[in-house]
Amino acid sequence: MSTVALGNYEFAPKDVRQNFPAPLLYIGWEDHLLFCAPVCLPLPGETPFAALASTVLPGVYGAHPDFARIDWSQVLWFKSGQPWQPDSTKSLQENGIGHKDVIRFRTPGLTGIGGSLS
Amino acid sequence: MSNVFIAFQSNEDSRPIIEAILADNPHAVSVHSPGLIKIDAPDELCIKRATIEEIIGRRYDLQEIHVSLVTLSGYIDEDDDQFTLSWKH
Amino acid sequence: MDTRVSKKKLGLKDRYTAMTRGLHWDTTYQPMDKVFPYDTYEGIKIHDWDKWEDPFRLTMEAYWKYQGEKEKKLYAVIDAFAQNNGQLGISDARYVNALKLFIQGVTPLEYYAHRGFAHVGRQFTGAGARVAAQMQSVDELRHYQTETHAISHYNKYFNGMHHTSHWFDRVWYLSVPKSFFEDAYSSGPFEFLTAVSFSFEYVLTNLLFVPFMSGAAHNGDMSTVTFGFSAQSDESRHMTLGIECIKFMLEQDPDNLPIIQRWMDKWFWRGYRLLTLVAMMQDYMLPKRVMSWKEAWEMYAEGSGGALFKDLARYGIREPKGWKDACEGKDHISHQAWNTFYNYNAAAPFHTWVPDDEELAWLTEKYPETFDSLYRPRLQYLREQQAIGKRFYNNTLPMLCTTCQIPMCFTEPGDATKIAYRETEHLGDKYHFCSDHCKDIFAHEPEKYVQSWLPVHQIYQGNCFKPGTDPSQAGFDPLAAVMDYYEVKVGEDNFDFEGSQDQKNFNEWRGDDGLGEDE
Repeated sequence: MSTVALGNYEFAPKDVRQNFPAPLLYIGWEDHLLFCAPVCLPLPGETPFAALASTVLPGVYGAHPDFARIDWSQVLWFKSGQPWQPDSTKSLQENGIGHKDVIRFRTPGLTGIGGSLS
Repeated sequence: MSNVFIAFQSNEDSRPIIEAILADNPHAVSVHSPGLIKIDAPDELCIKRATIEEIIGRRYDLQEIHVSLVTLSGYIDEDDDQFTLSWKH
Repeated sequence: MDTRVSKKKLGLKDRYTAMTRGLHWDTTYQPMDKVFPYDTYEGIKIHDWDKWEDPFRLTMEAYWKYQGEKEKKLYAVIDAFAQNNGQLGISDARYVNALKLFIQGVTPLEYYAHRGFAHVGRQFTGAGARVAAQMQSVDELRHYQTETHAISHYNKYFNGMHHTSHWFDRVWYLSVPKSFFEDAYSSGPFEFLTAVSFSFEYVLTNLLFVPFMSGAAHNGDMSTVTFGFSAQSDESRHMTLGIECIKFMLEQDPDNLPIIQRWMDKWFWRGYRLLTLVAMMQDYMLPKRVMSWKEAWEMYAEGSGGALFKDLARYGIREPKGWKDACEGKDHISHQAWNTFYNYNAAAPFHTWVPDDEELAWLTEKYPETFDSLYRPRLQYLREQQAIGKRFYNNTLPMLCTTCQIPMCFTEPGDATKIAYRETEHLGDKYHFCSDHCKDIFAHEPEKYVQSWLPVHQIYQGNCFKPGTDPSQAGFDPLAAVMDYYEVKVGEDNFDFEGSQDQKNFNEWRGDDGLGEDE
């Protein structure tokens, strides 16, 4: 225990998996800072990875003019900042995504509002 | 060498204090912005009770500056006769 | 007849000592360390409390006298403002949103400070320190009261100020100031002074008060200006307590140096992150602008802070670890923060808007290297969308930094096109941060920050609904349920300034003859 305290200073972490209805996943769209920050979503582990592009992300990012132009076959994915090749036929869990993981995607050639990366 | 500063509300109570500071501290510079007068001085600034009393023509308790004081920067040394800000380098 | 003998008066220093330390005693019925159980556990070694130099020497008598005078003057101004309908003299109604941010996010901290100083004012074995802390506790309660009084006048006329105590404990962005202060007052007494008196009230305070109050002056709000200057004079006493405490600890024992340095690193960074809200206010929420956040940072942090750390170098103190990154951020954080609140304005009880062309030009002038390439394009896009009825609201909850609890809107130092992501693992769980410095703070005291009440996570855990809410019901609207829990009046407190009740009302009150001249 590194927190300096008078007695025993240990408390249950607030954000453990069992406190949520589903594991949390953080998602960020690189070069699109119109969205001020990456988002946080509870997504069941059985969610097919392909459902991100088809069902989840349109609701999150669809308002951006670049979204409709995304070529999902060209998208680059990152997990914890490292290049990552997810299998879109498998579920999130099967792709190794767990509670409070963070993934990002970059859409080459799409550079935001007027090329400003927003 | 670094600046100390002291800032007062811009009102009739602070006017003689500012005058005294500028008279006793030749290197001090005052800047006026809405509602506020800020005085910067290199290394040290001293407010003297006697100078203020001379200006206002009555006895003055140096702690009266609290009524108009806004903010300051520097180490404080105070007694009944003087209030000094300084940096010790 | 006896010759009258005039009693020699004690000088100020002796008077003060007699009335404060002179009244202290070491306990004998109970051991001192039982009566004062908190002032050694942090590892700070104090050998001689007599070396404590009282930062200010206001005896209680002088305190009441001068504070009383200040109060009379302040309340006279507040009353006059109310009687003269001063709220009609402000530059425009958008300005009031700066006051909403203040009463929601700053005023509650005054109350927390009051509690925190009352606590440490009991815990130091040194009487000089106890007295200074007790006086500050009274000051902070005064600030809570005077801010509430001053701003309550606006509450009669504008939305977004009616329920601030309730919001402070619940609304997502208010967890930022709340967690900041709870971190401070759950620390030991020496850390508390380093965090609040030194880091916040010495190094960073001028960045909150002086530019903000000048902003109030420029926008016709003399009531707030007067409060601000009146409070800031109390702050000058608080500042000197902070610097005295640091000096005293450093001079008492060289072993104190690494502890204090670490606290300075932590609290400089936490305070800097907290000031993001002020940066945004300065650059975006003052219709009549005074100076930019960048300019204020250069004057009050780099200028004054620079002098301070030069002075402390003789003790072995170096500038805080996050100093360079904080300076780098001066070009960016206000824009990033405004974008965050613009994105999430459906869930925030104050208004946001896109700046008009004159304001955009000012921003270009103040941020010549970055505004036109990074920030203007999206603001203009947002304006275009609004004009065609598609005002952009982000409808997905953001990722938050575990330490500062701000949405992860900050970018890499040196590259403002890339969101900064940092992460770590602790006891099998992942934790995420906006910066190296928030991550380091976690790493040093993980047991504290695993307890962070992160609003986004709490919403997903189902803890932000009123009792009896049933999320499984058909047609359940989670955002509406959260706003109900927040007790924010949807359509009144939140959404864009355009079309708001505040805007409509203010235009009606002012009429077309432009009552209340611009400066």
